[in-house]
Amino acid sequence: MPLSEKKHKELTEICKDLRKTILKMVNAQASGHPGGSMSACEIAAVLYFAVMNYDPKNPEKPDRDRLVVSKGHATPLVYSILAKAGYFKGDDLLTFRQLGSPYQGHTDRLRVPGVETSTGSLGQGSTFAVGAALGSRLNKFKNRIYLLQSDGELQEGSSWEAIMSAGHYHLGNLTTILDRNRIQLDGWTEETMALEPIGKKFEAFNWHVQEVDGHDLNQLNDAILKTHEIGPKENKPCVIIAHTIKGKGVTFMEDQVKWHGVAPNDEELANALKELV
Amino acid sequence: MGATVVESKEMIATRVAYGKALAELGKTNPNVVVLDADLCGSTQTKFFAKEFPDRFFNMGIAEQNMIGVAAGLSTCGKIPFASSFAMFAAGRAWEFVRNAVCHNKFNVKICATHAGLTVGEDGASHQIIEDLALMRVIPGMTVIVPADATEAKLATFEIAKFVGPVYMRLGRSNVPVLFDEKEYKFEIGKAQVIKPGIDVSIFACGVMVSRALWAQELLQKEGISAEIINVSTIKPLDKETILASVRKTGCAVTCEEHNVIAGLGDAVAGVLSEELPSPLKKIGVMDIFGQSGKGDELLIHYGLSKEKIAEAAKEVIKRKN
Repeated sequence: MPLSEKKHKELTEICKDLRKTILKMVNAQASGHPGGSMSACEIAAVLYFAVMNYDPKNPEKPDRDRLVVSKGHATPLVYSILAKAGYFKGDDLLTFRQLGSPYQGHTDRLRVPGVETSTGSLGQGSTFAVGAALGSRLNKFKNRIYLLQSDGELQEGSSWEAIMSAGHYHLGNLTTILDRNRIQLDGWTEETMALEPIGKKFEAFNWHVQEVDGHDLNQLNDAILKTHEIGPKENKPCVIIAHTIKGKGVTFMEDQVKWHGVAPNDEELANALKELV
Repeated sequence: MGATVVESKEMIATRVAYGKALAELGKTNPNVVVLDADLCGSTQTKFFAKEFPDRFFNMGIAEQNMIGVAAGLSTCGKIPFASSFAMFAAGRAWEFVRNAVCHNKFNVKICATHAGLTVGEDGASHQIIEDLALMRVIPGMTVIVPADATEAKLATFEIAKFVGPVYMRLGRSNVPVLFDEKEYKFEIGKAQVIKPGIDVSIFACGVMVSRALWAQELLQKEGISAEIINVSTIKPLDKETILASVRKTGCAVTCEEHNVIAGLGDAVAGVLSEELPSPLKKIGVMDIFGQSGKGDELLIHYGLSKEKIAEAAKEVIKRKN
């Protein structure tokens, strides 16, 4: 179903809230990864509030739709959206990265409900998602497995092992959304270790490929829904290359390598929050 | 806990016993799924693959993905058994074993074959002598080394019942059948006294258990009574049985087809040095790479022989006073 105007507005507000929470979380301990969290807000919002079937009161429900976040450093986004989706209250989110906090620097499924698997070591979440898709199919579930993957982690060879096996096993129940924000820790992906042509690479591994503006809620929603039809029909895993901007939503953070893994100080936070009203 | 060694001339590789047990397990437990990395003819998962093609996944020559996929399957109510050569399951995929499996406490069984020198002719690139070290240092990992086909079979059934990550080390070469399936009880975390003695404790695992028994016969001829303990669970280590034995004998020898660094020997040494400092000698690979050759030849060449074990036993007995 296309997004109604009302839903679009609701999601837009959610994204604004997510960005505010992300910034406050990383600012609190002056530590964390804001850039790649802010680039994926729309992706996560569409998945949790327009597409996925899940029950936050029963996070282990066997036939739930699952989002596997392979970019495990995007914890500020993961925790803020899981709180919003009702998995927990989240009034303690600002303890992020503090000793004893459930909100670890990289995801830990044993501490936070709704986290499918602990990630952080890049190029692993994708292999887990292939297993979850195979297992769901064995169980004859009608659910879907979504994988949020970063562009930089495609440099890990294991990412391609996973991509190859998903194509080989015709995982029509798997939708990958690639957060193509073009920046990794050391700089632009294409200067660090070129990834293009990404779409052609996925195609060569027998995936169905779409490209969208990763900040356009309608485009994301439509593309994800399309994978629900195409995946099972063509017996292919589907990837949506979502073109995004690292640090999206705050002018001075957008497209800046610096904000991959650096937190804004108090003054920068105040300026950033002014933009997110 | 004790067990009796049987008189048998039968020789079966632990990997073969594992493969057959797995196919049997598939019949009674529909949740068991098996993954392999293009080696099902060698690891012996081929029996399961033939019987249960829908529950068998050949992941190609990609061990990291295999371990990650096993982790994903375990969250769908499945009990994944992932097999490859130990070099690649424990070595190549180590960080996936640590992060994708153990850090998550996922119920994945890694059953790795062709471990140690007795891979033989393939040579050093395939003769992993580091896997026990690599696996036992990961928090929450259970590490098992069956001594013979009977134990490999029983352990396969036991680890399927156990919830949590397990690494099981299996061998390529035929090894003597030591235990009777009807009498032998395998329990995770229990070492077993298989020959009682009073002068020296000899702790062994895997193929070295049979060598330790041969050494016991040599020692007996010289009037020395050696106690042989099969330490088939390297982690969690059965401290009680180890301490009880050394309290009685006062000295220890360890035998493993593994680097003497960070394997069974160091695990036993760790317990003794903390709780019961005693003379100890480690028999194992002396921190060097192997080479091509026949399995039995290699064991002798690298000092993993009954004669060396017996010599070590006499040395620690001397050091007692």
